[in-house]
Amino acid sequence: MSSSAATATGIGASVLRKEDLRFITGNGRYTDDLNQPGQSYAVFLRSPHARARIIGIDTREALKVPGVFAVLTGADMAADGLGDLPCGWEVKQKDGSDMVRAPHPPLAINVVNYVGEPYGVVIAATRAAARQGAEAVMTDFEEREPVVDLATARDSAAIHDGVPGNLAYDWELGDRAATEAALASAAHVTRLDLTNNRLIPNAMEPRAALGVYDRSGDEYTLYTTSQNPHLERLVLSAFVQIAPEHKLRVIAPDVGGGFGSKIFVYAEETTVVWAARKVGRPVKWTADRSESFLADAHGRDHVTHAELGLDADGNFVALKVETTANLGAYLSTFGSSVPTYLYGTLLAGQYRTPNIHVEVHGVYTNTCPVDAYRGAGRPEATYVVERIVETAARELGQDPAALRRRNMIRPEQFPYETPVALIYDTGNYEASLDRALELVDYAGFPARRAASEAAGRKRGIGFACYIEACGLAPSQLAIQLGAGVGLYESGEIRVNPTGSVTVFTGSHSHGQGHETTFAQVVSDRFGIPFENVEVVHGDTGRVEFGLGTYGSRSLAVGGSALVKAADKLIVKGRRIAAHMLEADVDAVAFEDGQFVVRDSNQSLAFGEVAFAAYVPTNYPTDLEPGFSEKAFYDPQNFTYPAGTHIAEVEVDADTGVVTLVNFVAVDDFGHVINPMIVDGQVHGGVAQGAGQALLEHGIYDDYGQLVTGSYMDYCMPRADDVPDFVVDTTVTPCTHNPLGVKGCGEAGAIGSPAAIMNAVTDAVGSNDVSMPATPEKIWRALAG
Amino acid sequence: MYQFNYHRPATMAEAVALYGEAEDGLYLSGGQTLIPTLKQRLAAPSDLIDLSGIDALKGIKVEDGVVRVGAFTRHAEVARSPEIRKALPVLAALAGHIGDAQVRNMGTLGGSVANSDPAADYPAAVIGLGATLYTQDRDIAADDYFQDLFETALTPGEILTRIDFPIPDRAAYRKFPNPASRYAVVGVLVADFDGTIRVGVTGAGPCAFRATALEEALARSFSPDAVRSVEVPEAGFNSDLHASAEYRANLVRVMAERAVGDILAG
Repeated sequence: MSSSAATATGIGASVLRKEDLRFITGNGRYTDDLNQPGQSYAVFLRSPHARARIIGIDTREALKVPGVFAVLTGADMAADGLGDLPCGWEVKQKDGSDMVRAPHPPLAINVVNYVGEPYGVVIAATRAAARQGAEAVMTDFEEREPVVDLATARDSAAIHDGVPGNLAYDWELGDRAATEAALASAAHVTRLDLTNNRLIPNAMEPRAALGVYDRSGDEYTLYTTSQNPHLERLVLSAFVQIAPEHKLRVIAPDVGGGFGSKIFVYAEETTVVWAARKVGRPVKWTADRSESFLADAHGRDHVTHAELGLDADGNFVALKVETTANLGAYLSTFGSSVPTYLYGTLLAGQYRTPNIHVEVHGVYTNTCPVDAYRGAGRPEATYVVERIVETAARELGQDPAALRRRNMIRPEQFPYETPVALIYDTGNYEASLDRALELVDYAGFPARRAASEAAGRKRGIGFACYIEACGLAPSQLAIQLGAGVGLYESGEIRVNPTGSVTVFTGSHSHGQGHETTFAQVVSDRFGIPFENVEVVHGDTGRVEFGLGTYGSRSLAVGGSALVKAADKLIVKGRRIAAHMLEADVDAVAFEDGQFVVRDSNQSLAFGEVAFAAYVPTNYPTDLEPGFSEKAFYDPQNFTYPAGTHIAEVEVDADTGVVTLVNFVAVDDFGHVINPMIVDGQVHGGVAQGAGQALLEHGIYDDYGQLVTGSYMDYCMPRADDVPDFVVDTTVTPCTHNPLGVKGCGEAGAIGSPAAIMNAVTDAVGSNDVSMPATPEKIWRALAG
Repeated sequence: MYQFNYHRPATMAEAVALYGEAEDGLYLSGGQTLIPTLKQRLAAPSDLIDLSGIDALKGIKVEDGVVRVGAFTRHAEVARSPEIRKALPVLAALAGHIGDAQVRNMGTLGGSVANSDPAADYPAAVIGLGATLYTQDRDIAADDYFQDLFETALTPGEILTRIDFPIPDRAAYRKFPNPASRYAVVGVLVADFDGTIRVGVTGAGPCAFRATALEEALARSFSPDAVRSVEVPEAGFNSDLHASAEYRANLVRVMAERAVGDILAG
């Protein structure tokens, strides 16, 4: 790698984002911006009930509405032989059996199991006609008692036939006997009950899809809001069986935020691409915000009991965790993996806890399916570990920073194998803790608390020393653990004859800024101008393959694939240069964009070699012309970003209002490509975490109706809800990928809820406050 | 939304006539509640009679110790009106914190007060300042105007034309915004008219009302301490996802206390 931290656009430079000109001038091209000749519009029939049998669907009046072309139902889809929406991760239960999958037809047939579940679609010439048609459909439902409450779901009537106790799986990890024994002999045991509140994703751009069928070539094209178009294509081909892969092109153009909710394969895009053939017209659907609330996969929703044992010196000896995780009415695409492999494996945190056992009950309820949402399992794990560690420090009268420091894995102990199946490759947790303590002015906290109290407000401080596993994932390990696909990434670099470069990545950018950062990586590698690199993503017709963007994986896995492809080009370039310069190939090095014959003044620029590859006049006869390479990169391990977040809050005791007054995040993401973009990722993540801790809560009533179904009631964080964040990084480079990078997309949302709640409970003087810490809850906690 | 006939009359008489002729007509003022309701297909009027073209509904005038505000005056106009900021700064400040900038640029005084959303801000001012509300036919005292949830003294077809706000010696408004919607969970306007105290409360009950116990306590001693000692009964208060009746009762007291504090701080 060239040492280009000094260049204005290379690795380490805060290059302004290429993509922002089109975004901020309204020139982005999102799915809803796209239109096709003869296009029709879909409006879905959605269940108004949390649980009901469909007795009959009378479409006669709907079909009389002018402009309505068709009313299609789940039965029509089944008659065409379409399959269920699959869950892509098999979780083995603790008795060795497979998890229990409930049937999940894209459009419900006979039964509906959550409010907003689609069971049919009206397709019409205009959106208004489709809506009018949908209102004219008369559906006869027989309502049944819904299962809504997570705590009692296992004791309730079975939602799905063949799923007693509504239990999708009982899963465990770690050594139960050793953990229980260590707890029994611990000098102190801290016990804690926690709720991790249900969140609703709320990407700025609602989901949308446009399905097109070309009869002349028997080809389908689906434009949709996806974080992973190749996976979408794979699922629609192999499982739902809409069309073979070579006849289905999936394009995810500009996408306005995902946060996980656009990883999954949903009913709506499945329906429009299928229906496009049925009605002989392109079919378009764009969710309204109400549909997003009801039917975008939700996040989190755990109830947990945890016990942490410590010896007399304050060393953690055991952690035992039992969690009931709400999976919603059906297993969403990766819903099964989030509360298991992305959660239980992270319960060691940054600590040397020798005995850990976790048991997770994954249960079905009559609510929207739950799946990955920014952090996916790791915020839940961090919340358990960091809340119980803070609680233990309080119970023992110890400084929470000191208790953490005592138990942290030390730099010389890496690689470190945890009792919950991960091998951390590297880290320096005390370094981020120390830097965070310095930035927050920990020593000055008592004075700040006194000043707040003098002004009539309570003040608290809270820590979260989080770890996450990112860079998903070593394919063989992931498949062993139940993943239905490998989790490598692909990349391709086409160097044009004039030396400019087009990069194709299987990652997908929906806010992350890949068009900028990936161009930084490639231009830096080749020593060519940043402007000469164009990044292409999000189209199965242009990019060979890809697994997409989630789990902070794009740079660590997708970026590594590009480095691998670049290195193949450099190898080829050295052969071309050696021939042209009449030197031995081993004598040719590539430095700062030049192929150089060592110990000589002979060199060729990158562009000269590229030109020679396409105009091979003076060229090795045994070498193919052209200058383009592909690579697949399969990581050897996860990456382990980690850091310390510290929150300070003030509480107005009269009203219970919590104000986040200070937030310090010191993260170790390994090497950083673009510090500005990384800061932005942390800012957004912390804002989302503050939303979870203080504001957001997806609430269903006893009838399974979503009470928080609009922005009138579901409280998203706004600019005035958060302070100016203080962010910094420490660096231990990842040991196993070529860029030494770990990933930064989720960290903000992982560390912050625990830090904020530790601060809130510190200020309030009571641990009995659940997320979100709304004013009334705090007022009641203070009233005792 | 469903189809409807749209009208934009230039005079009151024309508006009233159109309303009379419509099968199921509705007046449209700033539309900040009605338009979202239509978009969600929760209302299906046959006719919308847009009041924005009627000059008689517009204008701000300060005379005889009263601020007269035309019903079709947008929140932003009240917030930035030099006359109101001088004569009745509490009203300008209240209007300046309704909703967001888009809402303030469209929403109107008359629309808000006619709708009588229990969480709207203006009703606290109408009650707390003892306003008089004018329609094409009559005038209504504030204390007689708000009747229940979204229910007022207005009869079908009646249009608010103007609201007159008496100018107190001193006044302040405090609201506790809903964190999600930023509507008032509770809003309290305290006004002192030469020792006669009025306390208007919005958000807490089905409609805005006077907190007489607080008025009496403040008449005895105009101080935060006087408020603190008053027990605010929660009976009949709203209770929802965001705030129980008990918590709202607490907020009425706290917001009143803070409004008094603001007044005393000048």
